[in-house]
Amino acid sequence: MLGLGILSGLLIVPLVGAAFILTLRGEDAEVRSNARSAALATTVVTFLLSLWAWSRFDASSAAFQLTESHVWLAQAIRFKLTVDGFAMPFILLTTFLMPFCILASWATIEKRVKAYYVCFLVLETTMIGVFEAGDLVLFYLFFEAGLMPMFLIIGIWGGKRRVYASFKFFLFTLLGSVLMLLAIIAMYWHAGTTDIAMLLQHRFPANMQTWLWLAFFASLAVKMPMWPVHTWLPDAHVEAPTAGSVILAGILLKMGGYGFIRFSLPMFPDASLYFQPLVYALSIVAIIYTSLVALMQEDVKKLIAYSSVAHMGFVTMGLFSMNPQGIQGAMFQMVSHGLVSGALFLCVGVVYDRMHTREIAAYGGLVNRMPRYAVAMLIFTMGNVGLPGTSGFVGEFLTMMGAFRSNPWVGFFSAFGVILSAAYALWLYARVVYGKLEKPSLKGILDLNAREMVMLVPLVLLVIYYGVRPGPILDTFAPPTELVLRSMQTAMATVKTASALRP
Amino acid sequence: MLTPFTASGFGPALPEIILSLSVLVLILVGVYSGKRATNIVGTGAFIALLAALIALVVLPSTGRATTLGGSFIGDGFAKYMKALVLLGSGAALALSSDFMHRERFARFEYPILVLLCTIGMMIMVSANDLIALYLGLELQSLSIYVIAAIHRDDARSTEAGLKYFVLGALSSGMLLYGASLVYGFAGSVSFPAIAASVRGDAPIGLILGIVFLAAGIAFKMSAVPFHMWTPDVYEGAPTPVTAFLASAPKMAAVAMAVRVFIGAFPEVVASWQQIIVFISIMSMALGSFAAIGQKNIKRLMAYSSIGNIGYALIGLAAGTPEGIQGVIVYMAIYLAMTLGAFACILGMRRGDVYLENVDELAGSAQTHPWRSFCLAMMLFSLAGIPPLAGFFSKFYVFAAAVQANLIALAVIGVVTSVIGAFYYIRLVKVMYFDEPRAPFERMAPGVEAVLVAASVVVMLFWLIPAPLVSSAGIAARSLF
Repeated sequence: MLGLGILSGLLIVPLVGAAFILTLRGEDAEVRSNARSAALATTVVTFLLSLWAWSRFDASSAAFQLTESHVWLAQAIRFKLTVDGFAMPFILLTTFLMPFCILASWATIEKRVKAYYVCFLVLETTMIGVFEAGDLVLFYLFFEAGLMPMFLIIGIWGGKRRVYASFKFFLFTLLGSVLMLLAIIAMYWHAGTTDIAMLLQHRFPANMQTWLWLAFFASLAVKMPMWPVHTWLPDAHVEAPTAGSVILAGILLKMGGYGFIRFSLPMFPDASLYFQPLVYALSIVAIIYTSLVALMQEDVKKLIAYSSVAHMGFVTMGLFSMNPQGIQGAMFQMVSHGLVSGALFLCVGVVYDRMHTREIAAYGGLVNRMPRYAVAMLIFTMGNVGLPGTSGFVGEFLTMMGAFRSNPWVGFFSAFGVILSAAYALWLYARVVYGKLEKPSLKGILDLNAREMVMLVPLVLLVIYYGVRPGPILDTFAPPTELVLRSMQTAMATVKTASALRP
Repeated sequence: MLTPFTASGFGPALPEIILSLSVLVLILVGVYSGKRATNIVGTGAFIALLAALIALVVLPSTGRATTLGGSFIGDGFAKYMKALVLLGSGAALALSSDFMHRERFARFEYPILVLLCTIGMMIMVSANDLIALYLGLELQSLSIYVIAAIHRDDARSTEAGLKYFVLGALSSGMLLYGASLVYGFAGSVSFPAIAASVRGDAPIGLILGIVFLAAGIAFKMSAVPFHMWTPDVYEGAPTPVTAFLASAPKMAAVAMAVRVFIGAFPEVVASWQQIIVFISIMSMALGSFAAIGQKNIKRLMAYSSIGNIGYALIGLAAGTPEGIQGVIVYMAIYLAMTLGAFACILGMRRGDVYLENVDELAGSAQTHPWRSFCLAMMLFSLAGIPPLAGFFSKFYVFAAAVQANLIALAVIGVVTSVIGAFYYIRLVKVMYFDEPRAPFERMAPGVEAVLVAASVVVMLFWLIPAPLVSSAGIAARSLF
């Protein structure tokens, strides 16, 4: 054959599913149900395939594995797919969340159903591609290609201000990314290759690192998103359909953090150290300021969107603390946030489908009519707060520990985030779920149906499981973290000797 | 001094000779074949282009071969760019036949004029001295003046032709004036001889000559500040003619720019680099800002083409083999994108009325899913979004700019590309987000064929980029 392995299989399967959906013909209702069944089957197969990849993956090694490499743009720019301990969990997270997205759209998407599922499957390919790209240009290709389906998803199936939100999403992200493209080109000319494994061995001069770091930062900070370039996220979240929000919060935001750990920290260690205070400052502002903003929101989705920005603040803080606890905590926080915030958006979707409003004031007392829903929502809310026993705790605790080790003041301020997150999340829960069921429109609301149970139960179990046993994920992150830190330490050591030698 | 003509020495000019003979034959055929003349001549012209393309491809490509006393050169660069010119002309013919019949101005002179124009463009690409360059340029321009005004009962078309003629004549004058200054200071019209005599500090007169040459060339490329004619002519000319104007002649004009600056002034890069950088920045900026307010899709494409020339010139500004490779790749992909976009514009027809307003596209994704998908891909590609071909075209020119240390130019380029992305995705928004209107008619077969071919190139380029890119690299190195 063409030498295609599991990793290219992961890219191809969703595209095949999308192509199949395009060929569907016949009655409207029939096409609709066939399209979603095909989409669900495709995402499940992709998930199983990624589990197979996981079974062949050696988590105790820091090396790049399952590599495949094909001729592409030039001798030094190859179509190379590979995974390591940082990438593998995110691929699993992506393939795991996708079937839930399809399920969440099952009954709600009624117009242009074929196009909808095609967009999602193409989006899945680009997201998997981002995490398994072994070449910088290929990484950029997938990183940007995801804009097109997401732009359409927000713009076609979104809410009232969908056009504004989709344009803002597209242009914000694009503006950041093009600067990263120039940095990639500059790295190519300097190192003679865009192979990520080889670039990790390459030392860029300190002056150049600064510029490269800033260019990457422009892109990754927007994607993350970090304060003050986070403003596209609340808009995009509010307007996107439920499944779009899940993907946005669960996967797309993680690409920013993944980029930091993959490129910024190991390839530009001097610059990362130099800019550490900047990242700390922005992270703290994000944690405290956006938590306060979240407190005052009247729209459920907007509140969760702002809380995402705050949680991503913990991630950047942990990554740039540059010690094992911080980095592993940040990575764990991303996985956990992918599950928790994704699940929260699913929960919002459940009531939105019934009431067609996202205003917090329109709800209240749901526990009386929806006990099962109340339980699921409670667990995810606790995960969002970071209650011990849920996966949210592990990440927040480790990142704060890492930050405290590197700079106690940063750790101190970040702790306010925990308090504030408890405030906004619990207050939200209280206003939506508790209280008397007084609103007449809510009197007839129904509890979770079977489809919604299938959607939420696995996530509940995982949030608790990883809260109690975070070991498997942390162990996967450990070897590459060690490698990153070792390469950073050599870099910092040379900087120190250089400054010591200066008269 | 004239060298005696020998038959064996015409090898490099074989495609041009084939086309010239075909033109003579086709005129006779057209005159004698009565009512069916248009169809017969159209088919004949298509075959002639195909024959020229085959002759071009089988022509031995080793090294440089000159003929006609050294004023005509055949090298890898000429071969590549001529192939693009021929493809562009062929596609323009395929786009036009149905339109001409519907609008009732089908005449057999149109394909013949396109062939004449193609010969002119090919001479521009192969010119190795200023005289040959001017001859090719004028042959091309005169044909285009007539083609733009070919719908003579339509006021807009005749206005477009006249506008283009008046401004084109002015620019030709400037180019000639520049050529004469260069001749005066360098002592020769031949590019290699100019290159040999111009070294070190260029005298001020020569720089003036270069400036005038650049002005004339910028006009033909429709680069800022000599772009004023473009929106009006694009809007006024019949749509297939606009498609032609936006494709093949751009290839030739950019190739001519590369020939002149790399061929004749390789030793005084510093003298012309700033001119190209300025033209490039202004074109990119104007192309992206001015297009935002456009309602007419042909005007919008005019500004888009101005912007695209700006990006292509980034590669020329670098002045390196990588830069020229970038220019070639850029133009090849631009050809596919612009032809695909115009094929979609020609598909905007209700009854016998061709529509040009952007709003007419509203909701076409629901009435014509495939066509709208192709146009959306063309637009995303023009905006430079990977994995579509347009991304790679920008990638190569930006790579060349970074390598040549033109960082500021590259940064301005990427920023304007984001601004430009706004109006491209606005069209996608109209097609996909808005409520549908009445459907369009079926596409003509020729238009559909062009759209399919262009879509395949634009969407699948990323899977197998190597052939186009590496052959562009070989073509670029043949100049150095």
